[in-house]
Amino acid sequence: MWRRQNMKGEKKKKIVKSIRIDVDKCNGCMACEVVCSAFHASPKYSSNNPARSRIRVIRDPIADIYVPVYAGEYAVAECAGRDKYTIDGKEYDECAFCRASCPSRDLFKEPDSGLPLKCDMCSSDPTLEKPLCVQWCLNDALIYEEREEEVEDEPTVDDLEIGLESLANQYGLDKLTDIITRMSASKKG
Amino acid sequence: MRYAETGFNLEIDLTRGSIERVATDPRDTELYLGGLGTNAKILWDRVPPEVDAFSPENLLIFATGLLCGTPATGCNRTIVTTISPQTKLMAFSMMGGFWAPELKYAGYDKVILRGKSPDLVYLWIHNDKVEIRDASHLKGKGANETADLLRAELKEPKAQVASIGLAGENRVFFASIEQGRSSASRGGIGAVMGDKGVKAIVVRGTKDINVARPAEFMELTNEVLNYIKFRNENPIPGVMPILAGLGSPQEMAIHDEKWHTENFMWGNSRHRRRDFWNEEVEKEWTDTMHKARTRLISCYNCPMKCGATISLPGQPTYMMKCFSKLTYTMAAMSNLEFGLKIAQRATEYGVDGFSAPQVMAFALELYENGILSDKDFEGMPEDNEERFLWLLDRIVRREGIGDVLANGTYWAALEIGNGADAFAHNNIKKHEQLPLKLSMLNPIYFLMYCTGEKINITQIEGQFPQAPWATLEEREEFVKDWFQVPDEKFKQILLDWEPRGEKSMPFYPTVDMCCDIVDWQEKMHYIDDALGMCAGLSSFPLKPPYHIHNYPKFISAGTGIEMDEEKLTKAAKRYRTLVRANNIRRGMRRKDEKPPENHWKKRFPELEKELLDTYYKFKGWNNDGIPTPESLHDLGLDYVSEDFFKRGVYETTEGAPSTDTSATSEKN
Repeated sequence: MWRRQNMKGEKKKKIVKSIRIDVDKCNGCMACEVVCSAFHASPKYSSNNPARSRIRVIRDPIADIYVPVYAGEYAVAECAGRDKYTIDGKEYDECAFCRASCPSRDLFKEPDSGLPLKCDMCSSDPTLEKPLCVQWCLNDALIYEEREEEVEDEPTVDDLEIGLESLANQYGLDKLTDIITRMSASKKG
Repeated sequence: MRYAETGFNLEIDLTRGSIERVATDPRDTELYLGGLGTNAKILWDRVPPEVDAFSPENLLIFATGLLCGTPATGCNRTIVTTISPQTKLMAFSMMGGFWAPELKYAGYDKVILRGKSPDLVYLWIHNDKVEIRDASHLKGKGANETADLLRAELKEPKAQVASIGLAGENRVFFASIEQGRSSASRGGIGAVMGDKGVKAIVVRGTKDINVARPAEFMELTNEVLNYIKFRNENPIPGVMPILAGLGSPQEMAIHDEKWHTENFMWGNSRHRRRDFWNEEVEKEWTDTMHKARTRLISCYNCPMKCGATISLPGQPTYMMKCFSKLTYTMAAMSNLEFGLKIAQRATEYGVDGFSAPQVMAFALELYENGILSDKDFEGMPEDNEERFLWLLDRIVRREGIGDVLANGTYWAALEIGNGADAFAHNNIKKHEQLPLKLSMLNPIYFLMYCTGEKINITQIEGQFPQAPWATLEEREEFVKDWFQVPDEKFKQILLDWEPRGEKSMPFYPTVDMCCDIVDWQEKMHYIDDALGMCAGLSSFPLKPPYHIHNYPKFISAGTGIEMDEEKLTKAAKRYRTLVRANNIRRGMRRKDEKPPENHWKKRFPELEKELLDTYYKFKGWNNDGIPTPESLHDLGLDYVSEDFFKRGVYETTEGAPSTDTSATSEKN
């Protein structure tokens, strides 16, 4: 059985890096795309190509839509039933706020290979004070933020236990045990 | 490998429907850089003076600047070059926006159009795939409307579009090429695009642009960005707000229009309204702008916000830049709301915001003075503002009197006759100018108006203050961190320059100093135009982030071509001279180099003659403004003098009276 202190886990501090985006301040210049693609070129800064950028400005000037989005996780499939949002009378595709590299669009993919791109906050040695897109955005549409979050050091079992219990209630403990046994057998095999 | 540039041009023959990707000679880049420089060379090589604007042999060149597509801040200009139907000279109008970097990413430095398409077409450039496509469904559509339709049709929301409206299709002599955020307006280049049967060029590119020395290039760019930050926080004291900061004059952001409305002329560049600006007007216009302006916007890779999205109730949204904010308002003697309203329609039609309002005001002046009659204006509404809208519609369709007016004030006056030419009073080289009428001659501006071959004062002025500060302390303060000067002597000129007394205009700065000042100002514009840099971060404002000291480093680190100040100065002089050579071959002479006769009330004929005599000599031109064989030889342009000799260009000038500065000699 789990020991009590492990079930709670130990609190630890972690730095979460993020870019706060103020769409009202974006002037649509795409300097963020320029410097991102240059930084990630190899050798560094040797070439420039916004199509390779890990931050893109979703832009429709006449509709006054300017949304800088930086690349997040790769998604294997596109969402079903994509929605529209109307904010202040402007209609946005749901995708305008989505950070995924996904089959529904050409954002965040290497133009040659199609491989997904993901923002790494300009990881480099030595570490940059701020990601370059933020440094190059003189209009403050992009603001770099580091916030401390308390995270539990050990994986918590509380949630797992609650989840298993509800499954046991729904399907019966025997059935659940069978499935777990079969899963562990197939992993070993 | 080529750096900063792609090394390829697209050659498109519209008559035959052929498309070629042609490698360019890297030696030309060393000699003429790119953009305007290499355009001037191509025009010299391929468009002889017998070819007129609407001949199939005329070329229409869409060029990117040499550093477009690199991370250099604000380097986004498209330089369009052709023969102008209005001036019959080389036109090299330009636009900012997003089109030039996109073309670079598609893999081309220039698109060169020749011939004529029998039917209306558009070009679709998507990396290696280039197509000439039917545009019959776009006939008569607005320029921005066309861009939206094409992005939707091609399912390419990120494509950049340069297009013409009705004015270009109907070959209006002041038709523009529009790009949403920006337009290339001067010289009627949109008419040439229409004549070639091209409605739009759509570009999408996803390839790399390489720089030769990456770390160095980025360091230079970061210095520029830091200096922009510094300048934004430290505007120049003691000058009017639009001259204090960087960028194009911040017309979309600034509400105080006292200076423009009281110092520029209204109507057909006719009326000065000295007490126009008051609290009531300021409140009304500020309200109008607040209601209409959705957002301040930028061009590609530039933090300055010189444009705005304008949304008036009941009208499609459009984007506006700079002084077209006031040109329609002032020509129609109306208010800002009307100006913003008619500018929307004018943008869709695709007309130049300087020429179009003046042509309409000119027409109404001819009507008021009985030179044109009711018959010419049949169906025109009574209301003043409605009249401007009505005239704009006639002009872009070339209907009735609109067909005459569509050629601009110079040619319209010639056709109308009956004394109409006295009303076409604000032209230089047949081209409408900013509506300015001032009191006393300014020797620096005199030279710029005379010899500017972009024929637009904003595209040659800059760098050097327009007027001296009243006190020595203020002047000392200004020169303290004025590191942009090419030579320390410019600081002394400014320090000694007084608003009144012995060392004041028109006799100070001296003639020689004026030559130096004008040459420096012009040189910076020419460098910008070859690199694709916006004048708003370089040649136009005081104390800009780009200057003669960092430009050579940008070019070296960007292209790998070794460059220093001397070599860059010589290259700029080379293609600047080539621009003049193109125009000289087309008949331009000293007699054409004069400001509008009434630009200044108080003129100084002898001083003006001395100024022009001295400046021509300084530039290596003879007394008729023709580059001498010796100066051409120094620039490696012997092929120009050979052509001049063959055509007898030098012979015609020997007998020309050197006293003819025209503007002054015509005056009594």
